[in-house]
Amino acid sequence: MGSEQADRMNETAKRATLKTDAVIIGAGPIGLFAVFELGLVDIKAHLIDVLDKPGGQCAELYPEKPIYDIPGIAVINGQELVDRLLAQIKPFAPTFHLGERVDGLTRTKDGGFRLTTELGTEIEAKVVVIAAGGGAFEPKRPPVPGLEAYEGKSVFYSVRKPDAFRGKNIVIVGGGDSALDWTLNLVPVAKRVTLLHRRDQFRAAPASVNKMHGLVAEGKMNFMLGQLHALEGEGGKLARVLARRGDNSTFAIEADALLPFFGLTMKLGPVARWGLNLHEERIPVDTEKFQSSAPGIFAIGDISHYPGKLKLILSGFHEAALMAQAAHAIVHPGKKLVFQYTTTSTSLHKKLGVA
Amino acid sequence: MPKITYIDHGGSARTVEAAVGSTVMENAIKNSVPGIVAECGGACSCATCHVHVDEAWKEKVGPPSAMEEDMLDFAFDVSPNSRLSCQIKMTDALDGLIVRTPERQG
Ligand SMILES: Cc1cc2nc3c(=O)[nH]c(=O)nc-3n(C[C@H](O)[C@H](O)[C@H](O)COP(=O)(O)OP(=O)(O)OC[C@H]3O[C@@H](n4cnc5c(N)ncnc54)[C@H](O)[C@@H]3O)c2cc1C
Ligand code: FES
Repeated sequence: MGSEQADRMNETAKRATLKTDAVIIGAGPIGLFAVFELGLVDIKAHLIDVLDKPGGQCAELYPEKPIYDIPGIAVINGQELVDRLLAQIKPFAPTFHLGERVDGLTRTKDGGFRLTTELGTEIEAKVVVIAAGGGAFEPKRPPVPGLEAYEGKSVFYSVRKPDAFRGKNIVIVGGGDSALDWTLNLVPVAKRVTLLHRRDQFRAAPASVNKMHGLVAEGKMNFMLGQLHALEGEGGKLARVLARRGDNSTFAIEADALLPFFGLTMKLGPVARWGLNLHEERIPVDTEKFQSSAPGIFAIGDISHYPGKLKLILSGFHEAALMAQAAHAIVHPGKKLVFQYTTTSTSLHKKLGVA
Repeated sequence: MPKITYIDHGGSARTVEAAVGSTVMENAIKNSVPGIVAECGGACSCATCHVHVDEAWKEKVGPPSAMEEDMLDFAFDVSPNSRLSCQIKMTDALDGLIVRTPERQG
């Protein structure tokens, strides 16, 4: 996500705590479908995902691969399924907070919940639905010795404020769009940008690659072939990045900051810190309500665990439907829930905008 | 059935039998061979199933496809023998294949 957008969201958050019925953590297929099931029982939802797009694993890991076991659909690829889910939940107009990781989850005095994101967004809700799948997607960390000491000080996986790199020697590693985009963006700001990549071919958009080569030709930046090998510096302050060539010889690049772009990986992350019972990095739930050890906090989809659990999309859809029934009792206490079909119920037709 | 030997970073070797048509990644997961994570389940979109093919087998296994080569950018310590094991399908000609798993997949 662009840093400007992040800053703007930060400011919004500082102005007011958002309030809603339900917050869904994770906008994977199951989090998306939960919006639908909650919507049918008059529960408004916000969705938060650390990815900058909805769809979870389907969108990030296999957008173009076919799925053959969605009931009633012989074959559909990952991105198509996400697009159809987005169309299906449109009548319920959920609020999306993308590119934000939920870090904090605490109970409020009135028995509800307060969620805080890494960007400072604060949302209060009556129920929380954890649909965090295999965990939060986060940048892969290169396996160089002593990396931890530099992280957040000289090694960064994203750029929030390009100005922080003014006058610095920066090494950017990678050959994808993130690496190339930041290279092009930081050349005017930094003292010197060096792009380090293992080969002279790029996944990134050809236009960005051409621009990069142009800047190299004008002497405005460096491009070097090699792989990240080691870091040199002291107390988290980077001095040099050591790189290795194809023939195993090494060379050093003067550097104040390193930006490695090696794609994403799923890590359980903050979910582990919310005081919930966990079983092998998953959240045990009952199979009537799909509620965690904390009343009002539900867990559905891949993150949930119960005897016989299958990590399948169709199982997650079922879990979302039952969770919504239980959430209704909390969000609308005392209100009777009448079982209805979307096919025939005139009241559901109104909610779906097809009346 | 053809056999695959996985040698981990510490030098320990494990040999497993593999059905023709199955991938080198699938056989590692099925037999709990450490050193291969396979986060994306074989979709060629995570690079956590990276292996170094033994020099003697490099030619028979062949080079990575363009898409796989792109994904190898997300792996660490990539060598000319690097492949993503979910993209290597077993054949009878690969009976005895030796691959080395890296220290870390990411
Ligand atoms: C290659 C592959 C093929 C597959 N094929 C099939 C198939 O054929 N059929 C089938 O049924 N299933 C299949 N699956 C499994 C299916 O994709 C998962 O079951 C499904 O994605 C689970 O959905 P989910 O919404 O529970 O979680 P996910 O899709 O994992 O989404 C969870 C989301 O939560 C976000 N998140 C987590 N923690 C936080 C936090 N603290 N703050 C903000 N965001 C957070 C993550 O970033 C992620 O986007 C396949 C999976 C893979 C990898
Ligand atoms: S298992 Fe993900 S790329 Fe091979």
